[in-house]
Amino acid sequence: MSSGSNSLIQGVSLSQWVGGNAWTDTPWLAFAAVLGGTALTIGFMSLTAMVLVYAERKIAAHFQCRLGPMRVGWHGILQSIADSLKLFFKEDIVPTNTDHLLHALAPALCVMATLLALITIPLSPSISIANMNIGVLFLSAVSGLGVLGILLGGWSSNNKWSLLGAMRAGAQIISYEISMTLSILVVVLFAGSMKFSTIIESQATGWWIWRVPVVGFVAFFIFLISSTAEINRTPFDLAEGESELTAGFHTEYSGLRFAMFFLAEYINLFIASSLGAILFLGGWMPFHIGHFSTFNHLMDLIPPGIWFAMKVCGLIFLSMWIRWTFPRLRVDQLMRLEWKILLPIGLVNLAIAACLILSEYYFFVWNPL
Amino acid sequence: MEITGMTAATMSNTEVPVSSLDERIKFFQNEPQSALATQEYFVNMGPQHPSTHGVLRLVLKMDGETVREIIPVLGYVHRGMEKKAEYIGYRQQVHLTDRLDYLCALMNNWVMADAVERAMKIELNDRILTLRTIFAELQRIQSHQLWWGVFGMDLGAFTPFLYGFRDREKITAIFEDTMGARLTMNYIQPGGLMYDIHPEFPRKVKDFLKYFKPILNEYDELFTGNVIVHQRLKGIGILDGKTAISVGASGPVLRASGVSYDLRKSDPYGVYSKTQFEVPVGTTGDCWDRYIVRMQEMRESIRIVEQLIDNIPEGPTMVMKFGAKIRIPEGIYYNQMETARGILGVMLVADGTEKPYRLHFRTPNFNNLWSVISMAKGLRLADLVAILSSVDIVVPDIDR
Repeated sequence: MSSGSNSLIQGVSLSQWVGGNAWTDTPWLAFAAVLGGTALTIGFMSLTAMVLVYAERKIAAHFQCRLGPMRVGWHGILQSIADSLKLFFKEDIVPTNTDHLLHALAPALCVMATLLALITIPLSPSISIANMNIGVLFLSAVSGLGVLGILLGGWSSNNKWSLLGAMRAGAQIISYEISMTLSILVVVLFAGSMKFSTIIESQATGWWIWRVPVVGFVAFFIFLISSTAEINRTPFDLAEGESELTAGFHTEYSGLRFAMFFLAEYINLFIASSLGAILFLGGWMPFHIGHFSTFNHLMDLIPPGIWFAMKVCGLIFLSMWIRWTFPRLRVDQLMRLEWKILLPIGLVNLAIAACLILSEYYFFVWNPL
Repeated sequence: MEITGMTAATMSNTEVPVSSLDERIKFFQNEPQSALATQEYFVNMGPQHPSTHGVLRLVLKMDGETVREIIPVLGYVHRGMEKKAEYIGYRQQVHLTDRLDYLCALMNNWVMADAVERAMKIELNDRILTLRTIFAELQRIQSHQLWWGVFGMDLGAFTPFLYGFRDREKITAIFEDTMGARLTMNYIQPGGLMYDIHPEFPRKVKDFLKYFKPILNEYDELFTGNVIVHQRLKGIGILDGKTAISVGASGPVLRASGVSYDLRKSDPYGVYSKTQFEVPVGTTGDCWDRYIVRMQEMRESIRIVEQLIDNIPEGPTMVMKFGAKIRIPEGIYYNQMETARGILGVMLVADGTEKPYRLHFRTPNFNNLWSVISMAKGLRLADLVAILSSVDIVVPDIDR
């Protein structure tokens, strides 16, 4: 296990640690490291999903003047564990005339895409699984894979409601990916790097959301909307749309396979919120105000991991707040919002950002090393 | 109706030409072989579907997301109420009316009881009429509260559902105090009321009104002002007054289309003629108008209850002798009232015995359902859900 945890330390990759090529020199160690890393990631993923499900249920309950889970453990804190156990033991029903292979493959594909996206997220300066120099590009690429799982799930279910949900999801996710990428590109332009840790370090003197007068905020706003659409949450939950499509693409899934869709959905929420925190809210960087050095030092005392967690939690709460307040958009309104409103604004915003970088007109100038 | 196993040609909108062989070959060559050819398909919405509120089944002919044709298939909760009436007495039939439109149980009781009373020429005292009116209006508020919650849920917002139910619970508790039941109350009887009201009833109603008036504004803040709600409702499902009348729509659906027709005003019963209230009327007849009309109706109902609750006259709550036989003289009788969803009519063919010879209910939801078909054609699936919910159908009332 020691090798596994060592490989997680940023800056000391396995190869550097062993010296030379890990896969040829010490294949067992390398294998153990990969295995350990995977196990840790999956463990982290399941735990986060459970916590998020519990948080969502509690937050929703309090928005709706009720208590939520109260019976299993103190204030229902073990409810998620009980629910996951239940899902494990539930019968896995596969309807007749489904495409069995694709039906089984779809949830796995969803989880795989989520897992791949998750490993790029640095949780603190010392905890990141894969801190690659093309982090942003990799994340945008693999997060798009998730829609394949949804499409396959809807297609292979042999159910017209599922198919409708899948087609909605396909159109929606592919469209909103454009806006999301445009808003991410603004930050990439300013930070001058696609590496997540570099992007975070570039915000040591100020977060990108306010460091660039208006552009940063517009980009953050577009990111917030398009990432909500990307992860299929209300008001963009058309792929599930339970009042229209019963349960959308996962109507015909039960037991563990449904749990996998569910897991992917909540981890996607975590990834989207972490991405928002990393790109616009300074990741693990503490909150500083100009020259109030006492205040700044106090803020520095809080460990970076906590800062990151706080920002992510804030964004997740915002997302849940939106979900339990807003009704759902219609499918044509959703498309209109993307192609006629968000996309032009995003493009103009990106152009202005490029001009700002050339003129170097932003608040705190930072020189990439 | 054959739904499955249809060929592409029969399912598509265009008819297969029958004139010449050449034309037919051309038709089949054009249709399926084109790479971008689309095909319409049938899908069953219901009997088990979250938005049909019960066991209504709509067979939809869809073109992608667009609804081309709606074929309602009824009868999943048909209980033969009208036929049963021929074997049970009038008094028992009143109990069955609870199960018509379960959200307007008291109003349904009232229609049936009133039909019997009019046929037998029974004079009721003011206490009975006032209490019946108060209960009917409370029930109207309660029904609209539930509708508001469900409407929100159908548009994808889950929170209104629980708000609506939370406040409906208060009225249900008031009903429970007096009647011992919460949904199917069996309270209004031919000749009066089953029991006198609970001594705390006026106070509790006043407390509720005091509580609920600001809550209505909260409803507006949560849902009415939302920009997505506006987008989803305005200009969707337009029902013009003429069509509304021709399909026999009534209640808020009719009034939202600009036809100011409310039996409480035009043909007052109970003590409505003694009270001041407005009849909210829409202009365009879209989902938004139906929404606003119902929200306004809740406020008007509060007004009516407020006027009546302070001066409930004294007197007995039953003017018939307990267990007296009900015999209606030979003839055909019709009585109608305004329930929360529209006009509920009951037609009695009496033959002088203790049982009706024939009985028929003219239920509001049955007619309102047909207005949905003309409204939703050519719109999206999500619009159909919004329209169904804005019409506020209760399926047991359709099937009876």
